Amino acid sequence: MAEFLSLHDAVAQYVEDGATVAMEGFTHLIPFAAGHEVIRQKKRDLILIRMTPDLIYDQLIGAGCARKVIFSWGGNPGVGSLHRLRDAVENGWPHRIEILEHSHAAMACAFEAGAAGLPLAVLRGYVGSELPNVNDQIKFIDCPFTGERLAAVPAVRPDVSIVHAQKADRKGNVLVEGIVGVQKEAVLAAKKSIVTVEEIVEDLTAESGYHPNTCIIPGWAIDAIAVAEKGALPSYAHGYYPRHNRFYKEWDAIARDRDTFTKWLDENVFNAAGVSS
Amino acid sequence: MSIEYTSAEMMSVTAARALENGMTCFVGIGLPSEAANLARLTHAPDVVLIYESGTLQTKPDVLPLSIGDGELCESALTTVAVPEMFRYWLQGGKVDVGFLGTAQIDRFANLNTTLIGDYQAPKVRLPGGGGAPEIATNAGEVFITLKHSKRAFVKDVDFVTTLGFGRDGKGRDGVPNIGKGPTRVITDLCVMKPDPETKELTVVSLHPGVSREDVIEATGWEIRFTGDLESTPEPSELELKILRELKDRTERQHAGD
Repeated sequence: MAEFLSLHDAVAQYVEDGATVAMEGFTHLIPFAAGHEVIRQKKRDLILIRMTPDLIYDQLIGAGCARKVIFSWGGNPGVGSLHRLRDAVENGWPHRIEILEHSHAAMACAFEAGAAGLPLAVLRGYVGSELPNVNDQIKFIDCPFTGERLAAVPAVRPDVSIVHAQKADRKGNVLVEGIVGVQKEAVLAAKKSIVTVEEIVEDLTAESGYHPNTCIIPGWAIDAIAVAEKGALPSYAHGYYPRHNRFYKEWDAIARDRDTFTKWLDENVFNAAGVSS
Repeated sequence: MSIEYTSAEMMSVTAARALENGMTCFVGIGLPSEAANLARLTHAPDVVLIYESGTLQTKPDVLPLSIGDGELCESALTTVAVPEMFRYWLQGGKVDVGFLGTAQIDRFANLNTTLIGDYQAPKVRLPGGGGAPEIATNAGEVFITLKHSKRAFVKDVDFVTTLGFGRDGKGRDGVPNIGKGPTRVITDLCVMKPDPETKELTVVSLHPGVSREDVIEATGWEIRFTGDLESTPEPSELELKILRELKDRTERQHAGD
């Protein structure tokens, strides 16, 4: 049953140094507020899983929280590089990190397999790609029925998954709408889960707009819920606020330089009380 | 009299024309997205555009900056989870054409979006594969569009992120359940297609005002030209007007957020 905690307490309780953490949200509903809380609490040696590291992992990597990053597309969408990710991989700043890279299809399947309790995901993937040469977690198996050669990757089973959503009700049931990404899969695949929300309402099923197919994660499948208003900025929350595309462009200059980045981190994360963009 | 247009506009219009009305297209971000939406706003109103964020049959009024902008979801027929997008819609064989960009491409149309240099000590770390490795093999065919330069068009890519026809041109031979692969590459200078036998990219059409030497100069291997080399038709005034309006709307919106 979901427990209502402050963001500080949820992160303090569930994100341990060395943990495998998935903060999901495919471009939409990226849990930035939670990511910043992880940075403020100076968590270390994390194995960070995300299909698209995006600015959130660029910030965590630059802040020194990551030991390893597992991902499938590590750019600033429509803008260019993630400079903190690149600086860590190319130059070892602030320290060396390991990377393990997949394709989107494989990672999406791996999250789904994790949610399904399976040890692996099978897909018609990686044909002719050299990614299997550099990622020993990509294997090939023969279909026992047809003999077709298929790719296999291990299921994603994070110690803790963190996602952001529009709202939760008093029973802890969570509503996610718009681009739903792999959020549900991330929550169900994880040993523990934190969901940050824009707001708490009385009863989701009594809301105007509710219909029987609304994507809802039941409260009993979640460990902690924390309110984080505007908690997805500079990404967006469908129905609440748009994507801050200009900030995504500005991030290129902020992240390009170590000093500028460090200053940004001090001003916007370490010295910000709670929620920040 | 001829109409004024840039080589970038020529590329977008030519790429857009490659899409036929009614096709289902899995769209990559950037130039492919610009071309696909131009097609939808001109000759192909019923083209079905899908993006890897799960947005099915989307009709954005402005071009998305990211693959998952709210605009894509709000203007879509429906939005599905990302695993469903890749498993049912792409792998399930519902996509006619994958429209991709790339950082590097080689003579067998293999794409590199992973890195320049050696994997363990990269000179430049690029974003990685994203959806491309499976789009390129599970879609019926693949269109590729990018700016022509010696840095981008190399004899052999540093890393095959995404299969064209493999390092020897035979990468799809005998593989079951695989698409045709790249059928055309559209640049700001020309259109290329794979040779039917060797699969090596060959120039089939030069854009107006572009010479063979221009293409040779901008290509990192000894590029070949087909015997019946054509001249790419110029953009129409209407195509240019719609493209420019689309780009203006997009710029205004991205600057305002």
